[in-house]
Amino acid sequence: MATAAPSLPLRPTSSAAPPFRVLPGFNLTLGYTLGYLSLIVLIPLAAVFLKTAELTLAEFWNVVTAPRVVASYKLSFGMSLLAAAINAVFGLMLAWALVRYSFPGKKLIDALVDLPFALPTAVAGISLTALYAKNGWLGQFLEPLGIQVAFKPLGVLVALVFIGLPFVVRTVQPILEDLDTELEEAATSLGAQRWQTFRHVILPIVFPALLTGFALAFARAVGEYGSVIFIAGNIPMVSEITPLMIITKLEQYDYTGATAIATVMLILSFALLLIINGLQAWTAKRTGRDR
Amino acid sequence: MSIQVRNIHKQFGAFTALDDISLDFPTGELVALLGPSGCGKTTLLRIIAGLEQADAGQVLLDGEDASGTHVRDRQVGFVFQHYALFRHMTVFDNVAFGMRMKPRGQRPSEKQIAEKVHELLNLVQLDWLADRFPSQLSGGQRQRIALARALAVEPRVLLLDEPFGALDAKVRKELRRWLRKLHEDLHITSIFVTHDQEEALEVADRVVLMNQGHVEQIGTPEEVYRHPATPFVYGFLGSVNFFHGRVEGEGLRVGGDHLHHGVQGLGQGAEVVAFARPHELDIMVDGDAGDGVAARINRILAFGVTARVELDGINGATGQHFEVELTRERVAQLDLHEGQSVRLLPSRLSLFEQPHAARAAGAAR
Amino acid sequence: MAGATTLRLGAAADFGQTRFEARAATRETPLVKWLILGTALTFFAVFLLMPLIAVFVEALRKGWETYVTALVDPDALSALRLTLIAAAIALPLNLVFGVCAAWAIAKFEFRGKHFLITLIDLPFSVSPVIAGLIYVLVFGAQGWFGPWLAEHDIRIIFAVPGIVLATVFVTFPFIARELIPLMQAQGKEEEEAAVVLGANGLQTFWHVTLPNIKWGLLYGVILTNARAMGEFGAVSVVSGHIRGQTNTLPLHVEILYNEYQFAAAFAVASLLALLALVTLGIKTWIEHRAAAAYRDSQDDAS
Repeated sequence: MATAAPSLPLRPTSSAAPPFRVLPGFNLTLGYTLGYLSLIVLIPLAAVFLKTAELTLAEFWNVVTAPRVVASYKLSFGMSLLAAAINAVFGLMLAWALVRYSFPGKKLIDALVDLPFALPTAVAGISLTALYAKNGWLGQFLEPLGIQVAFKPLGVLVALVFIGLPFVVRTVQPILEDLDTELEEAATSLGAQRWQTFRHVILPIVFPALLTGFALAFARAVGEYGSVIFIAGNIPMVSEITPLMIITKLEQYDYTGATAIATVMLILSFALLLIINGLQAWTAKRTGRDR
Repeated sequence: MSIQVRNIHKQFGAFTALDDISLDFPTGELVALLGPSGCGKTTLLRIIAGLEQADAGQVLLDGEDASGTHVRDRQVGFVFQHYALFRHMTVFDNVAFGMRMKPRGQRPSEKQIAEKVHELLNLVQLDWLADRFPSQLSGGQRQRIALARALAVEPRVLLLDEPFGALDAKVRKELRRWLRKLHEDLHITSIFVTHDQEEALEVADRVVLMNQGHVEQIGTPEEVYRHPATPFVYGFLGSVNFFHGRVEGEGLRVGGDHLHHGVQGLGQGAEVVAFARPHELDIMVDGDAGDGVAARINRILAFGVTARVELDGINGATGQHFEVELTRERVAQLDLHEGQSVRLLPSRLSLFEQPHAARAAGAAR
Repeated sequence: MAGATTLRLGAAADFGQTRFEARAATRETPLVKWLILGTALTFFAVFLLMPLIAVFVEALRKGWETYVTALVDPDALSALRLTLIAAAIALPLNLVFGVCAAWAIAKFEFRGKHFLITLIDLPFSVSPVIAGLIYVLVFGAQGWFGPWLAEHDIRIIFAVPGIVLATVFVTFPFIARELIPLMQAQGKEEEEAAVVLGANGLQTFWHVTLPNIKWGLLYGVILTNARAMGEFGAVSVVSGHIRGQTNTLPLHVEILYNEYQFAAAFAVASLLALLALVTLGIKTWIEHRAAAAYRDSQDDAS
């Protein structure tokens, strides 16, 4: 019989006992994760900040605000923003076409969208340079129009557009795929024009993902090196990107200088990472999807 | 094997899931842990299995403290709510899993394993599905495979978490009968968790009613249904009508109305809640105003064997709804119609003194 | 930052026609449709397709002979060897890490979990140049361990270990980032069932967890491998560009290109482009298989 048993005094489990877990391996795997993370990522990254701390504030300020460095910020950030914006517009269109329309070669194009992830950046760099050089496939048409791409700031933009495109397409695409057709049917039945439906129904749903894709493309573009240096021409004050400034300083054995610029970039990267994490949480909340 | 739990306490942050629970589960019985969601029943089951650890208290298996024994070594069979079948393995491999995981010395040969698996699949009458994958099975079949898998390691006790929860109504009824029969054949000490009173009453030898981390009542299905020990149990098992009232003389005052009923053991003026099942209420068309609770007929549902009359309280119990079960003859005899004002007379009432009653009233709604 | 590199399960399903184009309310006028499609495809062709084709055309511009010569050049072969070595070391290291991190994060509750996930993401948001720089600061001649290493005649920077370290860093999060959401979504009920049935930790992982994550794992491995073999910026900083010794394939491309040996540079580049195409092919195949497996597991026969 199931009867209430006589009460025994409460026996609290000892506070020193480790927390109870059914599945094994928690201490081992978490310990290994933290150890490996510290060795490969955290400690070496800390070196940047420690090395920078060797400079006085004034010295640091002088390095990171030198005219050539400032010019590189302007180029890197300006072109990265522009490239991310271009990708947001055209990436959305491409994602839209891939989700909504059927056309020959669609599966192949869908697969090739990830090319910038898979293609080594140096390869992309020399290939873009060849395309946009004076006698290149595209350069030969642009040159007579007075548009110079290769070895000019515009070349940086082209490389950054290439590198950022999949970020926008791949963040927007799943949201578009999940879109409930009934929403649009409801909007249409309420008398909305197609454009109004897009503007007031679809875009608000897609927007967080689009912004996330934009931020991802921007973050990638700011740090990009391989695909840019071949096409940029690397003319001081004109077409030098910030990562190249670090390399230049390193080649002159100016470690503290290189590190100071790296610190500026790292702080920006961390800020971007936090923003992107926030954006992704927002996207997940807005669309009910898990990250 | 018998199971005892002693003074189990479990806290999740500020939420007390189990508050000093002590229970005995005797050998060979099939016991239901019944209660609303969040009452702690699944937590208790997982603590018995060793999948969860209590903050305080002990679990005794056959009289031995199992608190220090890992789930792996407790020899319990556990059937998960969503079955947790290994989706990449065939039915055969699922059932064989436990035997194959034994240390080399104790592991049966593949031939012995195959025999045992087929024996178990025959037991659950699904031998023909051995080569299928879980995704190719229906819910009821998955449930039976999960059971066969749990039995394969020859567990000393069988624990089932909401075993019929994810099934549709028809399969559920079938499987209920089947589980009962299986238990009669195997006689292995079993505990199952459910929030469905019908399921618990129909299948179990004994029912443990739980609410908010406490045990409310323990008993055979008949005991707990016929003689609910607490207002909560009254409200949880079957439909029930309740009246808020005050002891006055030889009866209860319910607002402006009065109910004649024994009030032994209750002081004059005590605030009480009185419970009556739908079949324990009768309707008086022309009863005198001195007895019964005034109500207006809202709806008469006469499609079943018995007729159900829904009423709204109008005098003493304004704003309350009542449900009365009458024979169709009685309805015809009284010539009831919707909108009619009548009086309700209970043939049997169970009284609980407030503040206990306040909690139950909430549950009964 | 892994948002764009995680396994897409909807990818293989072609909803396009049935879901959107067949319904009046979700269809644009033909003019708008062709405008969008035309713009999108032109953009795709100019920015993605043409650079890809150009690699192969440029590589073969001087004929097959030059092409083959460039590939069998001893420096090219030694660069290939180093590239393979770097990937062969970075891959298993990050594989073990990724599985450990995903196990700890997905199967257990602990404080600071979200912060840990953010930290694992860090290498994605760090410029490759900085990824190289940090190891120079730690192991370089003027770095923390520089003097000690010099004393013991151990070379890390401008040598193979540095290249491996930089490669490990840039591919650090790929596998973990693939597995964490996957294993979180799968919950731990199956693992618990295995433990109740008497399986130990390794048995549970090997027989229950691994088969459930194999597609995600493979996906992460493919991405890691592609990035490891193609990394340029980080490796460039720590390599020292010593021909025949510390040159990986991408660095070899740069050297050839800077020496105006364009055909040879593109020949080696075409090898890497081929690797990229194979990667994309396998990736698409995995997406297909994973989507099919996912549909199967979601399929309720009842």
